[in-house]
Amino acid sequence: MYNYTQEQLASMKKVEATREKRLKELFARMSAEEKQTILKENHPDYIDSAYELLQVGPNKGGKVLHELADLLQGKSRVLDMDIDLSKPDYDVDVLVIGGGGAGSSAAIEAHNAGANVMMVTKLRIGDANTMMAEGGIQAADKPNDSPAIHYLDAFGGGHFAAKPELLYKLVNDAPDAIKWLNELGVMFDKDADGTMITTHGGGTSRKRMHACKDYSGAEIMRTLRDEVLNRQIPVVDFTSAIEIIKDVEGKAAGAILMNMETKDIYVAKAKTVIIATGGAGRLHYQGFPTSNHYGATADGLVLGYRAGAKLLYADTLQYHPTGVAEPTQIFGALVTEKVRSLGAQLVNKDGEAFVYSLETRDVTASSIIRECKKRSNGIKTTDGEGVWLDTPMIEMLGGEGTIEKRIPAMLRMFGKYGIDIRKEPILVYPTLHYQNGGLDINDDGMCTTVPNLFVAGEAVGGIHGRNRLMGNSLLDIIVFGRNAGKSVGKIYKDIVVKELTLDHVKAFDAELKNAGLNPTKLSPQLLPNYTKQASI
Amino acid sequence: MENMVNVYLFGKKYQVPESLTIMKAMEYAGYQLVRGCGCRNGFCGACSVIYRIKGDRELKTCLACQTKVENDMFVATLPFFPLVKQVYDVNKVSVSQSVMMQLYPEIYACIGCNACTKSCTQGLNVMQYIAYAQRGDFTNCAEESFDCVMCGVCSARCPAGISHPQVAELARRIYGKYVAPESKHLTDRVNEINEGAFKEIIETLMNKPIEELKELYNNREIEK
Repeated sequence: MYNYTQEQLASMKKVEATREKRLKELFARMSAEEKQTILKENHPDYIDSAYELLQVGPNKGGKVLHELADLLQGKSRVLDMDIDLSKPDYDVDVLVIGGGGAGSSAAIEAHNAGANVMMVTKLRIGDANTMMAEGGIQAADKPNDSPAIHYLDAFGGGHFAAKPELLYKLVNDAPDAIKWLNELGVMFDKDADGTMITTHGGGTSRKRMHACKDYSGAEIMRTLRDEVLNRQIPVVDFTSAIEIIKDVEGKAAGAILMNMETKDIYVAKAKTVIIATGGAGRLHYQGFPTSNHYGATADGLVLGYRAGAKLLYADTLQYHPTGVAEPTQIFGALVTEKVRSLGAQLVNKDGEAFVYSLETRDVTASSIIRECKKRSNGIKTTDGEGVWLDTPMIEMLGGEGTIEKRIPAMLRMFGKYGIDIRKEPILVYPTLHYQNGGLDINDDGMCTTVPNLFVAGEAVGGIHGRNRLMGNSLLDIIVFGRNAGKSVGKIYKDIVVKELTLDHVKAFDAELKNAGLNPTKLSPQLLPNYTKQASI
Repeated sequence: MENMVNVYLFGKKYQVPESLTIMKAMEYAGYQLVRGCGCRNGFCGACSVIYRIKGDRELKTCLACQTKVENDMFVATLPFFPLVKQVYDVNKVSVSQSVMMQLYPEIYACIGCNACTKSCTQGLNVMQYIAYAQRGDFTNCAEESFDCVMCGVCSARCPAGISHPQVAELARRIYGKYVAPESKHLTDRVNEINEGAFKEIIETLMNKPIEELKELYNNREIEK
């Protein structure tokens, strides 16, 4: 048994006492107006003091969080280096920056097209948010569903802000993405007759969440990694891209690379570059803990921005409603939305439900924040406060054994600290989960403003609008990873790279100085620094 | 002040708060991690460590991000282990026991010591899934190994030189691709999409004014 406080134990008793009653009642969904109000009053995206206006670059005058502004307007790592661009260490058709699901999918498709591909990643291939996606991947492949219904769910859930042509691609290519993964050997949850077992996610109107237990992303990532290795696509690991190289015609033409351990510098020349660097949770915006992997530091946004790529919706972040609030050792870790898909309810300190469990993530997170901060109905935890997620309801609804079969990772993660989620509820609070915004692309995956620079995965902005539904991120890394790989596959043969240059980096630095900024903070950040800290 | 414990990182003594995981204890002591740190949530297998509590004969293994420090813990990291990963074409692979004999013949040299199972950071029955692989039972090998994070600790402890996680990866891909039943509804839907079945209806949606889309969204039917 976990060492809960007396107050926590007393509150847990109240949750148990109301469980039977809550099982029978359906909590009402919010109206459109109620959602707008709760977001404005509680969601971290609406806290003006957390933001500032960019002073230089393609989005000058645009609003971003302070932590991101410091990096976008930071000091390039190459300014003080003497780099000879005329003798590249690598010369390839396609340079993929990032070793997650989007990068791997892109590399596989570019390789299919016959291109000479190289992947570079600052940690290992698979050290990525893809690996940690638990709940599932959406695709409208059931008879009562269609890509059009998927489109409306995602467009509405993203507050009608998605770029329509990108969302069209996401939903229309979704079933083929699942089929592609299945044919690579991904083990989706299926019935005996082959029917995919699908559930709801927050904001879905059809049950279209496909899963591989609650290791969905891990199963997808390890399969993609195995395929990359089978194809013997070179993966240069523990090596980060620290600046995009352009040619004298202003087209992307490679990257400056740095060995993360020896700090050696390499020049990689490439006909096309794909930024697939993922998200930014490790910047801990507004002091939030994060569910993200160790390398999620917005590097791709910085690389792209300095090379002239525009950002779209960089001001909007996703705070996943259910990060771990207790125990402290796993503070901020993800508790998959699938826990709520399977029937667990959010409950306050008095054992009362306070929100329909599968509202969209931004709305659910806002209601948890309101319950704790405005209504003082939260439960004190080691690192702050939280609300209960009543996991024993899952077994009452789905039968004994449902938790072990459908969410084994959650059972294990809490089990290590003496918490049996089949018998006890768990404490949760929103955690920084996903970067809704990113670099602006066309539907072929290329940056709107920099030729031959492609972007895929979480580093893209505009696919989801201003909020993302569960299961559309695993989907987007596969659809847009493959899309970028296919696009470069079509054009690489006709590209002739001219003389390489880093003049755009010098020009950006001059622009910073003109604006009166003289940054000392190096960017991209590459890794967080947690040394000498007892908590994050 | 929180209770402090003594931990020995690579043999050197540090005092750290007792609530920390091994990973956070290393950072608290001042290590800026580059290797041996990935997802920090128990999914990626980057952070395996081997440890011994002073006075205890047994060497234990775990994931540093998922395990609390203990007093008098001697810790060494295992950020990389040279697993054998055989290259194969998943489209041409044989769906029978012979694929294991071909690619990973060393699994038949298993001496049944069970060191793999005892060392597994995920608590899996590793020796059992290798036994399934020996028999070409992809279904059970895939199921039994499913929660593997491929940290490689089992292989580090194996006297027969087996790369268990790679054997299991092969079995899972064969199971997922060939053994698991086809999803007919998926194949049908992909065919419909390729014939352009939804193009017009989505394009109609894309061209509607936002106000009309809001109406549609707020009043859409939701499957129970």
